[in-house]
Amino acid sequence: MSETEEMGEEAAIETLPLDAWHRARGARMVEFAGYHMPIQYDGIMAEHLWTRDSAGLFDVSHMGQLVLSGEGAAEALEALVPGDISALQPGRMRYSLLLAEDGGILDDLMVTNTGRGLYLVVNGAVKWDDIAHLREHLPDEIEMNLLDDHALLALQGPKAVDALVALGIAPEFDDILPVDRLVFMQAGPYLWGDVRLGISRSGYTGEDGFEISVPAEHAEALADALCAIDTVKPIGLGARDSLRLEAGLPLYGHDLDEGIDPVEGDLSFAISKRRREEGGFPGAARILGHLADGSPRKRVGLSVEGKLPVREGAKLFDGNTEVGLVTSGGFAPSVGAPIAMGYVPRDHAAPGTALAAEVRGKRIPVTVAAMPFLPHRYVRKTGA
Amino acid sequence: MPRYYTEEHEWIDVDGDVATVGITDYAQGQLGDIVFVEVPDTGAELSKGGDAAVVESVKAASDVYAPVDGTVTEGNAQLEEDPALVNSDPEGEGWFFRMTLGDKGQLEGLMNAAAYKSYCDDL
Repeated sequence: MSETEEMGEEAAIETLPLDAWHRARGARMVEFAGYHMPIQYDGIMAEHLWTRDSAGLFDVSHMGQLVLSGEGAAEALEALVPGDISALQPGRMRYSLLLAEDGGILDDLMVTNTGRGLYLVVNGAVKWDDIAHLREHLPDEIEMNLLDDHALLALQGPKAVDALVALGIAPEFDDILPVDRLVFMQAGPYLWGDVRLGISRSGYTGEDGFEISVPAEHAEALADALCAIDTVKPIGLGARDSLRLEAGLPLYGHDLDEGIDPVEGDLSFAISKRRREEGGFPGAARILGHLADGSPRKRVGLSVEGKLPVREGAKLFDGNTEVGLVTSGGFAPSVGAPIAMGYVPRDHAAPGTALAAEVRGKRIPVTVAAMPFLPHRYVRKTGA
Repeated sequence: MPRYYTEEHEWIDVDGDVATVGITDYAQGQLGDIVFVEVPDTGAELSKGGDAAVVESVKAASDVYAPVDGTVTEGNAQLEEDPALVNSDPEGEGWFFRMTLGDKGQLEGLMNAAAYKSYCDDL
């Protein structure tokens, strides 16, 4: 038996603040983005379903946490991304894309206006490239700090909010909402005892949930306190991948890369209205052209007939003609069947289009499907 | 009925000229939740070390190699409906396929239960 999926080189793998914590809890560790990371604890299937039903705690400390500060930081960042960053109110965040000169996607990221600067969360695998790109293109007067002394935890699932409330987390300032009053894509500074936390109501599972930036020296205590609540369990990267796949969310380096622009990547929502009118972001001519006329190819979801998982790298066929490629795929525990996403020509991108994926020489029937595969359960307004 | 083990974490039960092949409990534990098993067709000619079956976990696809030369006489049809049998009963109901033994001499290079256990303990 041998795994056909490479898990990476053994050289120079770094450890994250919760490394010992994961190992003590029985995690199986793998290399990911240059770090030792937990792929699973009890099993991917059980962890996935637990997150959808209750609350899962994910360590995403491999991701890059950056702060941009200085007069005009939002306007400066807008030269590199297609989002309306200058309209972002304090305590608000948005999903955006770091674009290459030709409009290809260098990374996808979250941008939060903290009131004192812009807090960015970028993918771990490309964070050093992102930092170099930002430093090269941002004016010298914009200061950039990497919060490498902070861990990042994600608490995801329908019971995440109650768990966070149970922890007794308080707003740091009078004008900050309690955590349970935050809505999706809202953020603020909080205190857990005297530990300062940056908390946002966001995540990458399709569930309600939060991301919590915590000083590294307090990460273990916070993870312990959360997992002491009986609705919360630690969840590995394996379930994180199957959860985000069901939620239709692309994974950088797999579903997105430098050769793909935002329209092709089905991320047109990240190109803000004002930016569409004004342009002025990298690759604007190509991207606005694709917005107007459609892109030659597009990222789509795929429902898979039968039980055989269709994975990254599988070729897609319309009859005998190769038309596209699967970029992510696997068994979807909450759907109860294999699902995938990939790229097809725009005339094959309509939901319901019948195609076939090639797996080990066999043609597996697949159908273009609307995403998400499972409805998102983000909290967009709170009751009180 | 003697049971043999390979370094690739397969087990082989030998009954006369026929062998039953599966993956070990250690292997299923490493793979995690099994969602699909592709067993070889009846009549397929296998050669020792060549691809014989594919086992798919949530995470990845893994090849299962033929432990010896021979011809497939039966694949475990139950795994089509219930691939999780490989997790729940890997060394029993979760068997993969049966095959003839082309060269019984090839069994001599395989491990017995005690040797396999100490092999796993060292991993």
